[in-house]
Amino acid sequence: MMRRRTTLLTGCTALVLALGATACGGSGGPVSAGGGDKALSGQTVTVAGVWSGDELKSFQKVLDAFSAKTGAKTQFVSTGDNVSTVIGSKIEGGNAPDVVMVPQVGVLQQFAKSGWLKPLSKTTQQSVDSNFAPVWKNYGSVGGTLYGLYFKAADKSTVWYSPDALDQAGVKPPTTWADLLKAGHTVSDSGLAAFSIGGEDGWTLTDWFENIYLSQAGPEKYDALAAHKLPWTDASVVKALGTLGTLFKDKQLIAGGQKEALNTDFPGSVEKVFGPKPEAAMVYEGDFVAGVAHDQFGKTIGTDATFFPFPAVDGGTAPVVSGGDAAVVLKAGKNTTAGMKLLEYLATPEAAAVWAKEGGFLSPNKNLDLSSYSDDVTREIAKSLVGGGDSVRFDMSDQAPAAFGGTKGAGEWKILQDFLADPSDPKAAAAQLETAAAKAYKG
Amino acid sequence: MTATVAPQTGPPVTGQAERARRTRRRGRIIALLFVFPALLLLGALVVYPVLFSIGRSFFDASGTRFVGGDNYTEMFSDPATLKAIRNTVIWVLVAPTLLTGLGLILAVLVEKVRWATAFKLLLFLPMAVSFLAAGIIFRLAYDEDPHKGVLNAAVVTVHNAFKGTAEYPTARARTGQDLTAEKDGSYRTAANLGPGDTVNLGLVGVAPKDLPGGARPAYPAAQRRAAAGELSGVVYLDFTPGGGGRPGVVDRKESGLPRMKVEAVRADDGKTVASTSTAADGSFRFTGLAAGSYGVELPASNFAQPYQGVSWLGPALVTPAIIGAYLWIWTGFAMVLIGAGLAALPRDALEAARMDGANEWQIFRRITVPLLAPVLTVVFVTLVINVMKVFDLVYIIAPGPVQEDATVLATQMWLVSFGGGNNQGLGSALGVLLLVLVIPAMAFNVRRFRRSQR
Repeated sequence: MMRRRTTLLTGCTALVLALGATACGGSGGPVSAGGGDKALSGQTVTVAGVWSGDELKSFQKVLDAFSAKTGAKTQFVSTGDNVSTVIGSKIEGGNAPDVVMVPQVGVLQQFAKSGWLKPLSKTTQQSVDSNFAPVWKNYGSVGGTLYGLYFKAADKSTVWYSPDALDQAGVKPPTTWADLLKAGHTVSDSGLAAFSIGGEDGWTLTDWFENIYLSQAGPEKYDALAAHKLPWTDASVVKALGTLGTLFKDKQLIAGGQKEALNTDFPGSVEKVFGPKPEAAMVYEGDFVAGVAHDQFGKTIGTDATFFPFPAVDGGTAPVVSGGDAAVVLKAGKNTTAGMKLLEYLATPEAAAVWAKEGGFLSPNKNLDLSSYSDDVTREIAKSLVGGGDSVRFDMSDQAPAAFGGTKGAGEWKILQDFLADPSDPKAAAAQLETAAAKAYKG
Repeated sequence: MTATVAPQTGPPVTGQAERARRTRRRGRIIALLFVFPALLLLGALVVYPVLFSIGRSFFDASGTRFVGGDNYTEMFSDPATLKAIRNTVIWVLVAPTLLTGLGLILAVLVEKVRWATAFKLLLFLPMAVSFLAAGIIFRLAYDEDPHKGVLNAAVVTVHNAFKGTAEYPTARARTGQDLTAEKDGSYRTAANLGPGDTVNLGLVGVAPKDLPGGARPAYPAAQRRAAAGELSGVVYLDFTPGGGGRPGVVDRKESGLPRMKVEAVRADDGKTVASTSTAADGSFRFTGLAAGSYGVELPASNFAQPYQGVSWLGPALVTPAIIGAYLWIWTGFAMVLIGAGLAALPRDALEAARMDGANEWQIFRRITVPLLAPVLTVVFVTLVINVMKVFDLVYIIAPGPVQEDATVLATQMWLVSFGGGNNQGLGSALGVLLLVLVIPAMAFNVRRFRRSQR
């Protein structure tokens, strides 16, 4: 998740925000609107989520559209970064929101297992069946029951590049891993490093690995590994690490070499490609790279900065690693019926179109007309995401226990950073990953 | 209180004794009433959490299963904890000593300068900065990129003032062409050239914007054949912007690489016999070479990597670097406390020493320091306690990849309990360890307070 993956500084602010949110949550202020059939007039739906800033503004538009349709008032409560803690304390305090936008599949499972969630209504289920690829239903289900509706998605299989740099080197966006390395070498001959890697943030490395693994080993093994039914010492993992190692150990391909990569955080890695002094031609990360390139470095997405899908590795299909925010209904909410109605609305292409028009949004809803997106690049990403159909997989490290897949300086993050520093022994790295995973999944 | 009771002299005063006992009891009840809120707070906020943590440390992550001492064995077998203990020891040994020493020196010096108050204020200012902000400031100051980190900017500037930078740090030869890379970073051709031969040396990896000004296309120069008795050629950028160039061939748009050092090396003994630099179009020529075979070498000095500065936040230096940030914050505190002690020193002792002909150093060593000893110990012990619980600076300054190298007990405790580990059993065990380590310093301080109250 982009939000969770913050830099040091924003991480700290977010912590403060999270504390603030627990203290003064519920200050969103009710929003009402007229029109529509007003079947729910007089009722208030409380929605909690991690969104703030532009994302919140856009989502508020979706809520307003719901209000206009049904007459229900809506109230948004920001939870800060730590959704599970905030929601847990709200439920205990008898002040639970009706709907929560859950940013990680692990949190959704945790909520379902704690018995906090209401299964989705028949209507919502039907629209999920008709509007979404089954994979989204699977990620929203726990133990065969559908609890979560994926409203907003992220695509983490996009390699962003500066078209100027590739033109200068005379290469075209590659479609296979081998071509990617070859193009990288040509770019490097032209005097610019091929890739900028933000190795100081461990999650960028896990995302590299996940894309390679999903394409090379296939979705079945990916699922097994994500659930830790397959040990990390498996030959497929060693092979994927070896593939990743061919990139990591090549000084010509990485801007500043491994040491500098380990010293570059995610925004820094974007800066190396799209900043005022470019040092590299390509940077791999999710669709949110566009946001950084545009907001911080003033690039026009589509002309100064654009992407190609993460290439297929060793004859596999091109990977689509994804993530998303799922809407769930809490049993403890005061107005669950109206909350359920909100989910029914969110499941429609109509609701997705509202945010799509605002930008900064991808919908997994396959019936959403692609022309609803406000710019071409987002449309392209949405196409590759929806086109991925059932081979779309969620970010593996987001599915793992945080101790393994989401902790600075520990687990998968740390081991892949060590692997970036010294990629000579994939087998040893795999063994370390297995040790760390075994410990984390046990707990 | 009890000492005020009058000695009982005989039976007639029983009524009086009764009254005395009653007052005494009432006194005790009142005292208890006064103490009660404090006791309640201490009990709820200190004693109960300590006991709870000790109890919790015997349970597993979920808190439901009793595991005995397992958390403690796990704690001491985990390399991360061992590193945390090692780092905490370094912190406790180094930081308070340096701080007390610095504080003492500064306090003594500041006493003698004219703008003492302004100076003290300046040194004390960092105390007003929150640890979080200080951490972020130092994280930036220590950044390895000289364009961001002020410390490395200074180091690199000084270094570059003494040693120039190379012209082509990024250039390299294509593999499989005429040039082979030597171990020392230079490139060399095969040693089969002689006077009358022409050789073109292609390099890649130089961005067009990094080409020295005045660089000209190498194509015309590459067409010239060497005159008899001279060995000549061009050094050129073997890459056509926009692609389409042929590797190993001087294409029309390809630029020469000017100011490249070129050496002729005799095949027989490997000695450099001639040396020259390339012209604007990358051409070079050696004239007056004796007959024989030679190799052409591009020495490593052409390609020397720019000096990168010190890796402050690398695994080796991260703990000293964070201690440095800590010093910046706390020096003022030590100085002000010691300065207060200094102000209270009996002046006559110092005067007497001066009259007896002691020099300033002797006064400092033999009079000031011994007399200040109680204050110095208080400062030292307070800092020891403070250093043990250092958390924010370590957590903020250490980048992810070296977090494990910088970790101390307090950060480790938080990481294990909340920061992803979610094992509050193990975290409590770490907390108990920290408590055990702090107790001696606490006991020492309490004893001192009690003694000074007497």
